[in-house]
Amino acid sequence: MASILAVDDSASMRQMVAFTLKSAGHQVIEASDGVEALRFAKSKGVNLVITDVNMPNMDGISLIRELRSLPAYRFTPLLMLTTESGSEKKQQGKAAGATGWLVKPFNPEQLLNTVKKVLG
Amino acid sequence: MTIDMTQFHQVFFEESFEGLGVMESGLLDMDPGAVEAEEINAIFRAAHSIKGGSSTFGFQDIADFTHIMETLLDEMRDGRRPVTGEALEVLLRSVDVLREMLTAVSGGGALDGALVLSQQRELEEILNGKNPAATADDGIDVCTEPAGPAVDGWHVVFRPLPNMMRTGNDPLRIIRELAELGELEVKGDISLLPGFENFDPEECHLSWDLRLRTAVERAEIEEIFSWVEDECELAIMPLPVDGPATFPDVDQGMESSDVTPPQSASFKATPPSPERRAGSDRRQSDRRVKERRTAGTAPANSIRVDTKKIDSLINIVGELVITQSMLSMLGENFRIEMLERLRAGLGQMERHTRELQESVMQIRMLPISFTFSRFPRMVHDLSVQMGKKIELKLTGENTELDKTVIEKIGDPLVHLVRNSLDHGIETPAERIAVGKPEIGTVELNACHKGGGIVIEIRDDGRGLDPDRILAKAIEKGIVKAEDRLSEQQIYELIFQAGFSMAERVSDISGRGVGMDVVRRNINELGGSIEIESQLGRGSAIIIRLPLTLAILDGQTIAVGSEVYIIPLISIIESIQVQPEMVNLVAGRGEIFKLREEYLPIIRLHEVFCIEGARATGPTEGLLVVVEGEGRRCGILVDELIGQQQVVIKSLEANYERVDGISGATILGDGSVALILDIPGIMRLANAGPELRLLQRTA
Repeated sequence: MASILAVDDSASMRQMVAFTLKSAGHQVIEASDGVEALRFAKSKGVNLVITDVNMPNMDGISLIRELRSLPAYRFTPLLMLTTESGSEKKQQGKAAGATGWLVKPFNPEQLLNTVKKVLG
Repeated sequence: MTIDMTQFHQVFFEESFEGLGVMESGLLDMDPGAVEAEEINAIFRAAHSIKGGSSTFGFQDIADFTHIMETLLDEMRDGRRPVTGEALEVLLRSVDVLREMLTAVSGGGALDGALVLSQQRELEEILNGKNPAATADDGIDVCTEPAGPAVDGWHVVFRPLPNMMRTGNDPLRIIRELAELGELEVKGDISLLPGFENFDPEECHLSWDLRLRTAVERAEIEEIFSWVEDECELAIMPLPVDGPATFPDVDQGMESSDVTPPQSASFKATPPSPERRAGSDRRQSDRRVKERRTAGTAPANSIRVDTKKIDSLINIVGELVITQSMLSMLGENFRIEMLERLRAGLGQMERHTRELQESVMQIRMLPISFTFSRFPRMVHDLSVQMGKKIELKLTGENTELDKTVIEKIGDPLVHLVRNSLDHGIETPAERIAVGKPEIGTVELNACHKGGGIVIEIRDDGRGLDPDRILAKAIEKGIVKAEDRLSEQQIYELIFQAGFSMAERVSDISGRGVGMDVVRRNINELGGSIEIESQLGRGSAIIIRLPLTLAILDGQTIAVGSEVYIIPLISIIESIQVQPEMVNLVAGRGEIFKLREEYLPIIRLHEVFCIEGARATGPTEGLLVVVEGEGRRCGILVDELIGQQQVVIKSLEANYERVDGISGATILGDGSVALILDIPGIMRLANAGPELRLLQRTA
């Protein structure tokens, strides 16, 4: 099963994402902002990153840009969690190198379907 | 898979309330004239998180309400909307409403629906009224699905741009997803492959011609491509029923080497995405089940602990285990030469145990900022309401206190700060008239002092007027006109039940309920309260609280063969009295003179009917001078044994409530010692022996 980095400054969202992914048998690492996530991603490889967009210290879009510039993450799926009205954010995220997005609110099934989709 | 979403609710509520705190203090700090982007950004982020969480966890009303706030904040952040004082006030009020909505869904009572609606309207007015472009983002996509002729499926021409794989998107995944929708015919096109020497394994030069026989709508096909719509050329055309597909214009497009998608009408339409539609459907059904939902979650008694604290705990437990195993090895074949090592081991064990105790206590500790954080808002609102100019200074917000104390100290502090604002600080005109700066200052300060916590509420207002208080007390019959009272004793009068200095009852304070309740609450926490004041210069209320309610610093004392604990916080001093200091006063019993004060003597052996006490008269033993509920007395004991920290065990939980006793503890030798409740002892002693007996048999 895959190792997945879940990044969100909201503990409840992070727990929800982590719990859902763990229930599906994935290994999940949690980070509460971009800086923490980047530090982790550099020290240990992951198969998928799921990140919130609005976060303190380093937002999701900067995180995606930073990750994408790392050789180890050139082709890694990087998903962002956006809200309904975030079409502008989606464009920015894509420009930074995001693979795709999941729109909030989503339920655990939607999350797992998306993860299954990108992990193939 | 079904996942119970309610398990995340408690964390969601906690972080949302924290987020509201961030929003509130951010809004209060914001100066409409000079706004920094990061200030608004922090507020925006908090709103955004609450919105995201509430929609995910099924609180759609909260998500909708927060969405409007978020939109407003977003426009302010981007500079599309000026930050006005008025808008900040509306946002502040909205934070309050949001807090009530959250409290309601977290099981904290009913919600005033009308209030939410009117606040929502107020927000919308700001949003729509002065900036018509504001809601553009919220607009519903009007792009409608063309009701085309019956189709047999879709013909998709998909040509990724060379860089598509660099966003982590795999064309194979997309094709696989399409295949799940029906019968898929795939034709690869390798015509654009570069020469072998120019091959770049990271680029995609393949393209596909896909024919999907399916009943699904165009939107579903578009959804599959939504992540890559900017990284590919895409054409989706209906497959006519039974007709061979011929698409001359698209074939033209494919032949050209130009990578920009042809601007044909069939390319890249943007219908409402399924998520968006699903979102609004869900919203409607959520409204229907609102009542059921609000009754759902009861607040759990949880506490959020810094992982560092837990790590340190685990670390200490590890060391304790090592020491324990070392000691048991030592014990297996012990020889007297090993005594020194045994001693060292025991010393180590003692150190670890103490560290463990401290770390465990740390878990319950929270910074007092949890309580202090509500004051900037309160002072802001009240000073506007009262037409006063007041600056609030907070210091020592990181001082940590037991969670229970934090929770219970809030209301008394609110009362005291209100008193300072209402009675203490003068109006700007009055202040200028007496030569003070126009802006009054209220300081809230918390710090560690002598094994406890001291919280001070200090203002530079008019101070307490002892003559007026005394006159009022005499008028109310609390003291007699001929009583001589020291200044401190006069200040103490305001803690009497029913005493109010307010000549008029204001909205803010002065309803006569108050200081007595404040003192009782603080005493219940094992703390004390005192007043310092200078007429015309200001006053200060000083609250002393124990660090925790689970452990107490105690003085062990002996009476006869019994051992009791007196809480150290209530002890002023212990003295040996001389016969000439003791007097008998009619109606007040035995008293002794301590400096300029006459204090009653309580013989503990009489109150508790202990036989065999060595000291039966005041001069034979020691008098422990104690204070409780503002009154002092001397308690006669045989001897002082020592001071120690004791763990409080509830008497009520293990036995039953006993007057004059607040709990029990287990001493080092395994025996049980009772902890004295000083105010309770004073009441017992006043009641006299007959009543005491009556109470005991009752």
